[in-house]
Amino acid sequence: MIGLVVAGGASVAVSSVANAEPAAAPHSQQLTVEDGEQLFRANCASCHGLEAEGTENGPSLIGVGAASVDFQVMTGRMPMAFQGPQAEQRAPQFTQEQSDAMGEYIAALAPGPAVPDAEWLDASAVDAEGVARGAELFRINCAMCHNVAGAGGALTEGKWAPHLRDIAPQHVYEAMLTGPQNMPVFNDANISPEQKREIIAYLDYLDENPSVGGFDLGSLGPVSEGLFIWIIGLGGLVGVAVWLTSRPN
Amino acid sequence: MTTTAARPARRTLTGAASNYLDERTSISTFVATLGRKVFPDHWSFMLGEVILYSFVAILLSGTFLTFFFEPSMTEVHYDGSYVPLKGIAMSAAYASALDISFDIRGGLLMRQIHHWAALLFVAAIGLHMLRVFFTGAFRKPREINWVIGFVLFILAMAEGFTGYSLPDDLLSGNGLAIINGMVKGIPIVGTWISYLFFGGLFPGHEIVPRLFVLHIMLLPAIVIAMIGVHLVLMVINKHTQFAGPGKTNDNVVGAPIMPLFAAKAGSFFFIVFGVLVLISSLFTINPIWNYGPYDPSPVSAGTQPDWYIGFADGALRLAPGLESEILGWTVSWNILIPMVVLGLFIVLVMFYPFIEQWITGDKREHHIAERPRNNPTRTGIGAAGIVFYAVMWAAASSDLIATHFRLNVFQVTWFLQASLILGPIIAYVLTKRIALGLQKKDREILLHGYESGRIVRRPGGEFIEVHEPLDEYESWKLKAYDSYEPVMVRPNAKGRITPATHLRAALTRWFFEDRISPVTPRELEAAQRHDHH
Repeated sequence: MIGLVVAGGASVAVSSVANAEPAAAPHSQQLTVEDGEQLFRANCASCHGLEAEGTENGPSLIGVGAASVDFQVMTGRMPMAFQGPQAEQRAPQFTQEQSDAMGEYIAALAPGPAVPDAEWLDASAVDAEGVARGAELFRINCAMCHNVAGAGGALTEGKWAPHLRDIAPQHVYEAMLTGPQNMPVFNDANISPEQKREIIAYLDYLDENPSVGGFDLGSLGPVSEGLFIWIIGLGGLVGVAVWLTSRPN
Repeated sequence: MTTTAARPARRTLTGAASNYLDERTSISTFVATLGRKVFPDHWSFMLGEVILYSFVAILLSGTFLTFFFEPSMTEVHYDGSYVPLKGIAMSAAYASALDISFDIRGGLLMRQIHHWAALLFVAAIGLHMLRVFFTGAFRKPREINWVIGFVLFILAMAEGFTGYSLPDDLLSGNGLAIINGMVKGIPIVGTWISYLFFGGLFPGHEIVPRLFVLHIMLLPAIVIAMIGVHLVLMVINKHTQFAGPGKTNDNVVGAPIMPLFAAKAGSFFFIVFGVLVLISSLFTINPIWNYGPYDPSPVSAGTQPDWYIGFADGALRLAPGLESEILGWTVSWNILIPMVVLGLFIVLVMFYPFIEQWITGDKREHHIAERPRNNPTRTGIGAAGIVFYAVMWAAASSDLIATHFRLNVFQVTWFLQASLILGPIIAYVLTKRIALGLQKKDREILLHGYESGRIVRRPGGEFIEVHEPLDEYESWKLKAYDSYEPVMVRPNAKGRITPATHLRAALTRWFFEDRISPVTPRELEAAQRHDHH
């Protein structure tokens, strides 16, 4: 298995070197469904089963689609670091090509949500009113768990909704489409691709425009504001009061 | 005034101006009296000033905001410069709050000063109250001023909450929804009170203008009047002071207002104002543009009230989820229990001076601030109260505690539920023991001096450690405190012992049973003789 990973890593190294050349990567250099299957067997099968049919340690991946694979693998949630309340986000363990190959393999097992077209990820295609609609959709559908400013929030039993700052548009879209972990699925009948793009545009607006009021104290609302005024505000003024009433030695 | 006329005339502009004023208003008597009011030199006496100065900042910035704020729930479509709300339907109140933030010069700074100053105002009230409580400065003759101060604390919370609700954004609407739920939880009359308050079904179209009137007229008027009474009583009763050489129960030692203290207080005013403006220009507070207009369906994760309402929100979060049906009426214990507990807590704190006076039977006037250690039971009670309040306060942010410390939000709640009951008990016992220990240490130092660490061998071979006696100045602080003794059970005029007398005797026993009696002059003399031989 380690050999396979090394082999996979080596082939990616070769392909990235090949990509670096101006002549553009020929199709034959890319990884195939077979490579994806091998990567899957080497890295995922111990929990998800040799045929992705699922085991007691992990769910079946038949029909989850390439979008789900791309989201879970490329945000580093899979392979899971350890069994816990929910999979932690971390640095991705695979390259985009490897992930795509695994996605192709999973998609070949049964139809499922595909990786979104670049058209639906382009925030610049959304006008000001679209951003406003996206913000409204976000408040109605997402803020409940992710907080209005996308700062994240607590869920039950030690689970949490992650923050949404500086997340790749592709992963935001895929999360809505596939409903990873505790998140509900927002399919295209529920929130259309145009609307998903508007939500992405709103998140992009938040990333690009820092708070006009100054430092945002984590966008956590009154709790961080209260702590700040007690510790820095009142604490500092008590210090001044001590200084004003001190006697020269 | 005749004396001025008798003086050799030295005409200066200020002299002439003040004379002009004085001849028409007799203000000089007032200035002369007030100018001689003395402020003791201790930092904790400056906390009240932080309150006053932040209140001035609130008044000034609030006046600016009323020029531009439109307290109306008429529906408009936003057309300002904040892109993510363009064209969205909202109330005129929210739209004007957004205009203040984005399109009116200096508006956002003023809004942030107003809000930060409000948070500082209530925080400083809290700390000031703790100072008064722990030094026993609420004792006779200042009991009434304690009650007035406490009412001001409640009014400040009401001011804060009405202000928090005015912008009509999602956060303020969520806060009102909680209030609506609490009011509706009151059996029988709750629903009707809610209808009365909101002018129909929640949220309705009435609440913002109504809260606006309360926020800018009624409540500030009451607050200003009560601050006036509070300060007049402070001048009449004079400041308390810590014991020290020359500082007795009958005088106040410190700097008079004119000229020294006025200079200090004046500069402190500018420092407080400056700190507020600095904070407001660097740190966002309540970014209403993130929250969007109020709409009853969405609720954001991490929705919290401002810190001073946190304890009430926390009480709701900690309450067990009980509900029962009596004769077809639903009784929401999960709302009634926290409301009753909070009500009792508030009444206890408000009337604490009278309760303590009844228990101790102490009707003397006290102008010397007690060191907290010298009244271990009260200090213990105070610590228990702080823990009780702080646990509820923490509970209001249970979800943020869970996400930030990677904990399970249910376990956080269970832990806090247990702490709400056990925490105050533990805090009471520990604090009282620590205070008694400190008193013992003081007594030891007073009688035998500091351990100098110098070991001396006597001619007879005996080793002793030399104790350095305290100088007069230092020892004052340690000597000067009163001792109390439990009130005895005595029959009243009719020769009967009532149950109330028994209760009171039991309570004073609890209050004073563990005590370290102060060093008597005789003991001190004996100790000094012992040192000198």
